[in-house]
Amino acid sequence: MAEPTAYPKKVLYCGVCSLPPEYCEFGGTVKKCEEWLKSNHPHLHEKLYSQEALEQNLSSLSLEAQKRAEKDAQKKAAKAASAEAKAQAERASSKVLIKRIERNKRKYVTAVQGLEHFGLDIKKVAKDFGKKFATGSSVTRIPGGGEEITVQGDLSDDIYDYVIETYKDVPEDNVECVEDKKKKAAG
Amino acid sequence: MFKKDITPGAKSKVKSSAQRAIRAKVLEQYPLLEPYIDDILPKKDQLDLVKLPDRVSLYTLGSTPLFFQHMDDPLLPHLALVHKYPDCFHRLRIDRGAIRFVLSGATLMAPGLTSPGGRLPNDPEDEEGRYGKEELAPGEVVVIEAEGKENACMVGVLKMGTEEMKKAKKGQACEAGHYLGDGLWGLSLG
Repeated sequence: MAEPTAYPKKVLYCGVCSLPPEYCEFGGTVKKCEEWLKSNHPHLHEKLYSQEALEQNLSSLSLEAQKRAEKDAQKKAAKAASAEAKAQAERASSKVLIKRIERNKRKYVTAVQGLEHFGLDIKKVAKDFGKKFATGSSVTRIPGGGEEITVQGDLSDDIYDYVIETYKDVPEDNVECVEDKKKKAAG
Repeated sequence: MFKKDITPGAKSKVKSSAQRAIRAKVLEQYPLLEPYIDDILPKKDQLDLVKLPDRVSLYTLGSTPLFFQHMDDPLLPHLALVHKYPDCFHRLRIDRGAIRFVLSGATLMAPGLTSPGGRLPNDPEDEEGRYGKEELAPGEVVVIEAEGKENACMVGVLKMGTEEMKKAKKGQACEAGHYLGDGLWGLSLG
């Protein structure tokens, strides 16, 4: 432990749960963390997940405490797994809607909904849209609750391409272009 | 403090005079950081202040968080900083059994520190003097390490003096300020 101190010390963080790998076992995603470590830092993996290390971990606790800890860990793991599954399901089911709304004859605004489900900060995205397309772009509340991005001008196809190009988290199938729901047919 | 995930509020630049004040304060609180202060808080670079919920402010340099502060309480180091300069803070160690409680944000209780796996200052089992010789008073900022682990897992403020802890061996020992995996840890600074 007491190595010569060269500062700043570099600490490795787990790519799955972001903790230092030695704490992964308390994070609830042990399995994934272990796999990550194995494929990315096999050396450390050997050190942390060897039979000896595991046994040593257990021996320092009383039997009863061990059981309790185990139960707790299981609960935590189950919770983490279910939370992840839920997030994934939501991600798969949620859609990004790009709406073209006629504002005046031959004038349009484009509304984008649903980007927030993909872990994007819509305020920032709105700013980016504005910059990219050189138009006004803002975040507006919608009556049904929630927020959407409103971009001035008819940009639905451009936005479609841009979203797919820049935000790789958003699967292409989940992006949809629609005309305004109101009956007014586009010109 | 950060049990829930938090969303950062407004980010603003720190005035250079305020920046000097912070630097002085850091040095006063953590004199051991002195040799590295230029690495942590370079004189020329622009610090940012990020407002967090509950009147907590976080000082960052670019996208690396450095210190956080609740109103005018002492500056607490972010764990990423502690990991880089582990020797520069007052340290205590908890036993293995307590880790999982700490990592779920519980207040640290004295038995976790007084049991055989734990370490307090002046511990007879601490031969290297790693945990210091001076007893600490309540209100001190401490970094909590864990038995069998290299890196620290929590930063907090002592609620009970270490001397008292050794005598009483129960009660709340240290308030959970910032622990691994909490909202502040998971905070991403764009």
